[in-house]
Amino acid sequence: MFGNLSDRLVETFKNLRSKGKLTASDIDATLREIRRALLEADVALEVVKNFIAAVRERALGDEVSKALNPAQQVVQIVQEELVTILGGSQRQLQFAKNPPTVIMLAGLQGSGKTTLAGKLAKWLKEQNQTPLLVACDLQRPNAVNQLQVIGERVGVPVFAPEEGNGKGNPVSVAKDAIKFAKQKQYSVVLIDTAGRLGVDEEMMQQAKDIRKATEPDEVLFVIDSMIGQDAVNVAKAFEDGVGIDGVVLTKLDGDARGGAALSVAQVTGKPIIFASTGEGMDAFEPFYPDRMASRILDMGDILTLIEQAQKNFDEAEAKAMAEKMAKDAFTLEDFLDQMQQLRKMGSLKNMLGMMPGAGKLKSQLDNFDEKEIDRTEAIILSMTPKERKDPKILNGSRRLRIAKGSGMTVTDVNGLVNRFEQAAKMMKTMAKGGTPNIPGMPQGMGAMPRPQAKKDKNKKKAKSGNPAKRAAELQGIALPEDKPKGSAFGL
Amino acid sequence: MFWRKKSKDEVSPQVQEVELPKRNLTKSIKSIFTRAKFDLEDLSSLEDVLIQADFGIDAAEQIVQELTAIAKKQGLSTEAELKSALKELLTNKISRTDSALNLDSEQSPYVILVVGVNGAGKTTTIGKLAKYLVSGGAKVTLGAADTFRAAAVEQLATWASRSNSELVGPKTEGQDPASVAYEAVEAGISNQSDIVIIDTAGRLQNKQGLMDELGKIRRSIEKQVAINEVLLVLDATTGQNAMSQAKAFTEVSNVTGIVLTKLDGSAKGGIVYAIQQQLDIPVKLIGVGEGIDDFGFFEPSEFVLGLLGEGE
Repeated sequence: MFGNLSDRLVETFKNLRSKGKLTASDIDATLREIRRALLEADVALEVVKNFIAAVRERALGDEVSKALNPAQQVVQIVQEELVTILGGSQRQLQFAKNPPTVIMLAGLQGSGKTTLAGKLAKWLKEQNQTPLLVACDLQRPNAVNQLQVIGERVGVPVFAPEEGNGKGNPVSVAKDAIKFAKQKQYSVVLIDTAGRLGVDEEMMQQAKDIRKATEPDEVLFVIDSMIGQDAVNVAKAFEDGVGIDGVVLTKLDGDARGGAALSVAQVTGKPIIFASTGEGMDAFEPFYPDRMASRILDMGDILTLIEQAQKNFDEAEAKAMAEKMAKDAFTLEDFLDQMQQLRKMGSLKNMLGMMPGAGKLKSQLDNFDEKEIDRTEAIILSMTPKERKDPKILNGSRRLRIAKGSGMTVTDVNGLVNRFEQAAKMMKTMAKGGTPNIPGMPQGMGAMPRPQAKKDKNKKKAKSGNPAKRAAELQGIALPEDKPKGSAFGL
Repeated sequence: MFWRKKSKDEVSPQVQEVELPKRNLTKSIKSIFTRAKFDLEDLSSLEDVLIQADFGIDAAEQIVQELTAIAKKQGLSTEAELKSALKELLTNKISRTDSALNLDSEQSPYVILVVGVNGAGKTTTIGKLAKYLVSGGAKVTLGAADTFRAAAVEQLATWASRSNSELVGPKTEGQDPASVAYEAVEAGISNQSDIVIIDTAGRLQNKQGLMDELGKIRRSIEKQVAINEVLLVLDATTGQNAMSQAKAFTEVSNVTGIVLTKLDGSAKGGIVYAIQQQLDIPVKLIGVGEGIDDFGFFEPSEFVLGLLGEGE
């Protein structure tokens, strides 16, 4: 099973790569995966349909067939189109020529308006503005109270003449707030409004009335990044009902893929100005379209990864290697070859870092010492060809010679030989069983060196572990544990 | 029995007898199937509407496949036949025997823990549930263990007074939520409450520290009594991420039921279908507005009728 889009696409590309040129059906196969990924990311169906059609049209054009690497080009187009929609109308917050600048927040219940109001107020203050928070959510119990607490926390005054909880008229509060701000010369007025449903006509009228009464410079539509297909309806309702100038995406610190961003940007054509990323008053940043595009597709820097893997790895060689493993004819020489192959792709650390989902591996990556490859290489290169083919002949004096030749100790040599033997055994099992791996890479990234910390205990573990665990260890990259473990080759 | 008798002489009225306000749920859930063509040869428009209702692409594909199989087996072809087959299929799949609140042991007090992400509607749900239980004759204590968000305690206090429930909040600002939960249960025992409902801070499910805190809240309550019900509040507008929420919250707090809120909007909450299928967690309550009576028990058939647009 392939978890995310990157895995599935890489699988698709594996089939495409040998052909060189993309046919219409190749493109459709790729686009099917992309459609699925977009839907899983909660991009609204109608937006997905338009998007896929646009990408398909571009992909069928000569820009692809003439391209050096067509498969990659399709993904490139997808990413470009995504960034275009997400950031097409990218802009900064607009300030009024004659203060006060009026900013009104609107959105569904629970989208994060009040928290955002606090963050915006704090940020504005840091920009040397003098913001005033206005409590126009007179609906939700203690919303006014909440805004007052937040105002106190960020050191921004709150205009709250009504206690709320269903009492008071938000339109007149908003109107009075503007008067008050002019009098006291506040430079920005930030109006927090009650959450409302797009289908609630009465409440939408109220929002429209607040807008009319205050003539805001910015009406910011606040939307939860976890929202599903309904994002289009909600965005349309607010655009038609209140009129919006910009969008703020909240709760981006969650693990939602945030397809709503695409839906809203597409449907309203309005720029996403800010991303809200936590409950702290500083958890707030400008919106980055390219990051969002990768997030929606659930891909790391897959383009670069594909490119490097394709450039450097010879599939025929990989196949021969797998056969050798299966036949138990895998030698230290092959191992060295394999390692050098990987080396060609560039820094392993960077490679792994580019891979989707590599965030989880961070601790392992940090513990990972590239020099281990050099040391291993030195040991193997100090062996005679005969020794490399048949490590069994390595007696004490041979080992001593190798240690001296490579500038390592006999213990290091012993360690390598032991780990190699176990690894070869596991590789054999693997090659027969076949586990999903990244095409363009040797079986399961087996040559990933062992983290620097010596973990000789792992050897025994590896020997007796269950097959799944063994496979995972051989993969070397899929270990969920925090502690770095020896990889198959356990360098 | 719904809960223990208060004394031998005095029999608490059964909560079930309290008439829940008749929410026309089917009207709330606007039909999504008016556009769908029920043509056996091409059910892709049906798949589309299921996707648009947040069922998710996997579930949508699977439902269409199953419907096709049923139709072929039973020789159904007309739109009416297909529609009724779909209705039956969906209703059967979401119907469960365990969708009532777990309030039938002899424990006193019953403890309900309410969890969910930020802004899902936890506090509002608790207010409504408390009102409902109180009007059924139960004595209810609310525990304000959301000590994090500004004015969350005050918000719950408002609901406590609206619903005539007791409130136990933090004694000092920023008190550890687990200790507030503990004290709320303690107070519930000593003031002879029938039911204690614990509100918790909204937390995103990928925040390990906050999820651990939830585990701690749960354990601190369980030092005194068993938790009868852990309700996960899900916003119906949430898309596929709701699955990740359900998984993560179940892992740390053993969720026993789902409350699907904000069904009065244009969202359908279709993801609960996949959650029920995959995680085996029943939907128990629904929220349909901000008023104290705006909630009801989840009725699978009504939910499906609403989706099919036959409720009106």
